[in-house]
This record gives sequence, structure tokens and C-alpha cells, in this order.
Amino acid sequence: MSTDPSDHRLAVVGGGVMGTNIAALAIGHGVPVVLVDVSEELLAQAEETIAFKLRHAQLMGRLPADRTPAKLLTSLSTADTADATTVIEAVTEIADTKAEVIGEVSRIVRPGTLLISNTSCIPIDELASAAARAEELVGVHFMNPAYMITMVEVIRGPRTSDATMTAVNHLLETLGRTGLVVNDAPGFVINQLLHPLINSAARLVQDGVAPVEVVDGLLEGCLGHATGPLRTADLIGLDNLVDSLNVLYERTGDTACRPCDHLLDLVDAGKFGRKTGEGFYDYRKLAS
Amino acid sequence: MTDRTTETTPLTAEAVESALTGYLTEKIKTGIKADDDIFASGLVSSMFAMQLVVHLESTYDLAIIGPELKLDNFRTARAMAALVLRLTEDGVAADA
Repeated sequence: MSTDPSDHRLAVVGGGVMGTNIAALAIGHGVPVVLVDVSEELLAQAEETIAFKLRHAQLMGRLPADRTPAKLLTSLSTADTADATTVIEAVTEIADTKAEVIGEVSRIVRPGTLLISNTSCIPIDELASAAARAEELVGVHFMNPAYMITMVEVIRGPRTSDATMTAVNHLLETLGRTGLVVNDAPGFVINQLLHPLINSAARLVQDGVAPVEVVDGLLEGCLGHATGPLRTADLIGLDNLVDSLNVLYERTGDTACRPCDHLLDLVDAGKFGRKTGEGFYDYRKLAS
Repeated sequence: MTDRTTETTPLTAEAVESALTGYLTEKIKTGIKADDDIFASGLVSSMFAMQLVVHLESTYDLAIIGPELKLDNFRTARAMAALVLRLTEDGVAADA
């Protein structure tokens, strides 16, 4: 692989928040994408979302001016990942689901195809055990929105090969991203720090210590956080956050990672954050 | 059927600016003047910029594409009004 976009063909499995983010990032950088999901309805919705995100990226000046946006194809079958140079799985943050997808696509693609998990918490080596060639899997934790935030967390599993690391560096450079490499662990660096913080912030609201705006306001105003933990949670998606906290709690035993009742109640009520219009904040009324 | 008065009355910069300052004031819940840079002030996020794109397109029946899709066109009510007039055939600029 090289850093020439025409040398790359990306397959993204999962058309949710991160799958559409990554697809928009790639297309906007001239890398064609095949997006795979489980229903025509989800694919149609993802296509609309990707078009919206591409416009957002252009509006914010985050796309290279010298590249023509590449094509997006959609598919209901992982068989259509066969011709990809890289496959990124971006399915639900449930270990069995991710392992199943990684196992399946790794047996479809040619040996030497870069396999990336966009997991935010599951150890890469755990997922690598499901792959046909464990050495070809690497973790890339894209932030949301992936087309706006240039830094990514790259997770090298104990079995990830040097060739895979070279390939992922080429892909990230092609996409205008910078990766910082960390070793494997539940939640890696970012979410082993961030998720317990968000959960604690939600618990402070639950216990009546301070309302949502005050918790965020203190971390933003006093500690210089660009975005408070609860607004960040709404951006991540509270359903995904609960899944990730469960992954962390099951693997570390850290009670700070056991999702608090307030968070679970919001998810039970279908309030997943920005993507549903309401979470800790109500985005149907706010101009942000 | 439509309730757009622009079918018969040319848009003016003042009218669009006034409508947009009203819209921004309502959304941001802060008094906004026509030349206030809403992004520099930190009042809104980049996501809100896309809400503004969609709002202008639906309200004034426009397609904001190509080089016009840039943040500088959405920083102030005045810049947005100028954009609307540029993209609207029957628009009349304030100094015309």
C-alpha cells in the first residue's frame, strides 16, 4: 500500500455513527468505500448521513481541495469486501458481534489485507483470536466526528505484525490522520480514562450533587476541557457508552465502570444523545 | 402551495438579515446583531453551522454547494444574507 488514494479500496462494516464517519472521511479524501450493513433501510439511512457528513466536512474546510470525492457503494453482503485493501469493522460495541464480523471478513479478503477494528474498548488481541490471520488486525480508535478530529488512537495488539503497522500508517496518512500508538488493554488509553469519568459525572447528576450544565461547566471552565463529559457522552452515544462501560467493567472489575442508573435510565428511554436528539441535553431545542 | 412572499416580492439584504438575526437570537437564546461572528464568540458548535445550511436551503429554496459551502458564509447574519442574495435570482442587494 502507499499514500496514494487510488491505491486504497476501503470496506466499512457497520453504518452507524462511526461507520458513517469513517466512510465520509475516506470518500472525502478520495478513497472509495463499500459500506456493508444488514438492511436496505439502514444502508439508505447511512447514505444520507454520509452525504450530510461530507457537506459538514467541506463546510468546515476539513477536506483536501486537491482530491475528488470517491464513490460510495453499499452492500448487504460481507462478500463485497473481497476486493478491499482495508476492511474496517465498525459494528456494535459487543465483543461477540465484532469477533463474528472480523472472523467472517478475514476469511473473505486476500491475505495481506489490512484489518482494522474501530472498537473503543475491546482488547485487540481478544478480537484477533477470531481472525484468520491474527497478525493482520490492528485497532484504530477514530474519534467522533472522524472527519473533524485528526488524531486517532492506534492499538497494536501483541500479535499485530510490523507489516500491518506499516499498512495502517499508510492508510492514516492517506486519510490525513495522525496516529498515536498504544499497547493493548481494555479501553486502551482514552476510554480507560474517559469512560469512568463520564460515568462518575452521570452519577453526580443522579445523586443531585449538580445538574448536567454545572458538571460540564466546571470541567470546561475550571479545567479547560473543550467539551464537558456529559456533552461528550451525548456525542459518543449513550447506548454505545453503556456497552463500552460493560466491556470495561467485565474485564477490569473497576466499579467506576459499572454503568450508573441514570445512564441506564436514559438508554432505556431511547435517549441516546445527539443521534436521537436527546440525551443529557435536548438537541431539538439547543443551537449546538 | 407556498407561503413564501418572495414569489412576488424581491428579497432584500435588510429583510433577510432581519429574519436571520431573529432566527439566531431564538436558537442561541442570546441577542445577535447582523455582524456578530457567532462562531468566533463560541456561542455555537460546528454542527450548528450545518443546521444553518439546511435552514437557508429550506427557507429560501437554495442549493448551497461547491465553493459557497464554506464557514465564512455563515459567520454572521450579514454574510448569510449576502449568500442568499447571491444564490437567489430575484434578490436585490442592499446597495443595489
